[in-house]
Amino acid sequence: MSHDDYQIHRAKIMTPAFWVLLVLTVIGFSLIAVRFIWGIGAVSNLSDGYPWGIWITYDVATGTAIACGGYAVAILVYIRNKMHYHPLIRSAVLTSLFGYGLAGFSVMVDVGRPWNAYNFFVPSQWQANSAMFEVALCVMAYTTVLFIEFLPAVLTRLQQTNWSRARVFLDKYHGKFGLDTPVILEKLEKLRLLAIKIQPKLDKVLIFIIVLGITLPTMHQSSLGSLLLIASTKLHPLWHTGFLPLLFLINCMFIGYSIAILESIISSYGFRRPFETEQLSGLASITPYLTAIWLCVVIGDLIWRGQIGNALKLDFYSGFFLLEFCLVASGSLLLFSKKRRQSPRWLFITAALIVLGGALYRFNVYLIGFNPGQGWRYFPSLAEVMITVGIVSFEILGYQVLVKLFPVLPRLHGHEVSAKV
Amino acid sequence: MSTKSRREFLKLAGLAGASLVAAPAVALAGHPAAASNDEELGMLYDATKCVGCKACMSACKRVNGDYGALSYEQAKFDPDKLWDAPKDLSGSTRTLIKLVKESPKEWSYVKYSCMHCQKPSCVSVCPVAAMTKDKQTGIVDYNKNTCIGCRYCQVACAFNIPKFQWEKAIPQIVKCDLCKNTNLKQKGISACAEVCPTGAIMFGKRKELLAEAKKRLSDQPKRYINHIYGEHELGGTNHLYLAGMQFKKLGLPELKSEAPAEFSEKIQHTIYKGFIAPVALYSTLCFIAVRNMKKSSGQDHDHTDHDGGKQ
Repeated sequence: MSHDDYQIHRAKIMTPAFWVLLVLTVIGFSLIAVRFIWGIGAVSNLSDGYPWGIWITYDVATGTAIACGGYAVAILVYIRNKMHYHPLIRSAVLTSLFGYGLAGFSVMVDVGRPWNAYNFFVPSQWQANSAMFEVALCVMAYTTVLFIEFLPAVLTRLQQTNWSRARVFLDKYHGKFGLDTPVILEKLEKLRLLAIKIQPKLDKVLIFIIVLGITLPTMHQSSLGSLLLIASTKLHPLWHTGFLPLLFLINCMFIGYSIAILESIISSYGFRRPFETEQLSGLASITPYLTAIWLCVVIGDLIWRGQIGNALKLDFYSGFFLLEFCLVASGSLLLFSKKRRQSPRWLFITAALIVLGGALYRFNVYLIGFNPGQGWRYFPSLAEVMITVGIVSFEILGYQVLVKLFPVLPRLHGHEVSAKV
Repeated sequence: MSTKSRREFLKLAGLAGASLVAAPAVALAGHPAAASNDEELGMLYDATKCVGCKACMSACKRVNGDYGALSYEQAKFDPDKLWDAPKDLSGSTRTLIKLVKESPKEWSYVKYSCMHCQKPSCVSVCPVAAMTKDKQTGIVDYNKNTCIGCRYCQVACAFNIPKFQWEKAIPQIVKCDLCKNTNLKQKGISACAEVCPTGAIMFGKRKELLAEAKKRLSDQPKRYINHIYGEHELGGTNHLYLAGMQFKKLGLPELKSEAPAEFSEKIQHTIYKGFIAPVALYSTLCFIAVRNMKKSSGQDHDHTDHDGGKQ
């Protein structure tokens, strides 16, 4: 449980990647401004037949699954008691925080009357029949929980700081803009002392927050599946089943473990750190079991509802179904070999296959398998895509900057540095 | 220890999974068709009597104050938006008359507007109860002051009735509310039914409408397709249809008699019954996590000591 498992990644913040991501972010957020001034119709191809497009399908339904790394790793560490995975958790929590926070932000871009969102907190307006109500409350609560889970990193940093960057800044601008160096430094010092005071208290209750952070995704990830239960006349029978909640829950777990692997490998590569192969192969040994259960439920359900014929028809819908199925299945089959689980390259390939397959499943349920009737077409507009790209860029940008400011990445020990890259 | 914790984890996963697995089975086990409330208000549209004059459409807009046609629907000679020719229901059109022409001999008008379902999907899915069904009149109404604009009602509606104002910065959902706050309040009848010159739209209680529809079917069986659309569709609707052409061709889909909301609510209620499952899950997880933490903090000391020596 110690906070010493992590370290700040000491590197330049303003890298070329930083600028590219910043440009994409600015484009995305400018288009969001357009949306708020001229309406949703001005930037998107959404219609009364396809009221939910790529913002809900990718940013919310798929984005939160991809943000389930924190959830999946937390189950492993705190419930299954595998403490040696603890070093992975902070970066997983940070990506989850970004994923969920920005999913919530996308929802605010997507909904037409966001100023009425306070009704979620008005008990007389509560609507327990609605899966959306459940999802909304849980996602808000979980984002708060993730923020608290990430607080130790911020508090640790605050305690150790000597405010060197702030000092440089203040020295430069002393006297200008009404800045008074001693007063500000005094206030900053108070903040530091406060952090020292809060940290032990937070540590005591943190476990209950962490467990809440395991309960909430279990609830709302299954409810994300429940959302489409109502669309019995619009969602293709290959995907419309009473097992949607169960399938979405298992789906987010295997996406969660796989994305934790991907993130770790990508950041090791990007930040030129050694790969955490040992831990990752451990994670990779879990996913095939989850995907096996998921694939069994999918097939069993299709047989039960007599839809196997539809699945093998090789038409548009069956094609996407088979693609989703094969991506998940091939990724999992490859992982049953222990040798492949030891290789960063194979870990990366299999995790990518499983994430792609799992994400395609969510696209199939929310968009591709959704047919509101004759005459309706949907394909996202460029502006719509750029808004999503902007939000995702902001997410990666934030992650890159924060790991260089706060102790997030696993601490490198002497013997690990020599690991093969 | 590892196998023990794994066993416990599996037990717990089984527990959590059980409710998710059981839910669909419960939902499918049996669905006695809920008795419909025939005292509710509705309309009977008889396509064979309609002459397509669109008086209902203009009365609807006049009474309910919907703004004029969208720009792409406007004629060039009509800068004052007097000429209104919408192509479909939209954020400015609650009811619409369409001509469906198969051949010179086989054609029919059809009127679209909210079906006012007995068990409406839109009411079931609205997260903030902006869609409501009046207990007495059965009118499915929309309140823009609580609506968050999530458009889940549009996803849920099998008839694609709720429409969203895509072109507006401050949009809302638009759908028929049987003139609840306008014509019905003042004159006791919806505007479209009031102005219809041929009696193609009949306003009244569902039981009266059903009786009249059945009478017409038995009096003139050759004139009609022998089916009252809306009597059983999706658990019954208060807006009923008679027609001389297949309903499917008129854009009214073939639907089961079970309301989709029955199915989804049963699953949701099985999982969240009394909020027992989430609370049980949380407390069990807490128990396991705290115990794990105590165990490992004992080990952790050794571990850090060991590590400390090395660093």
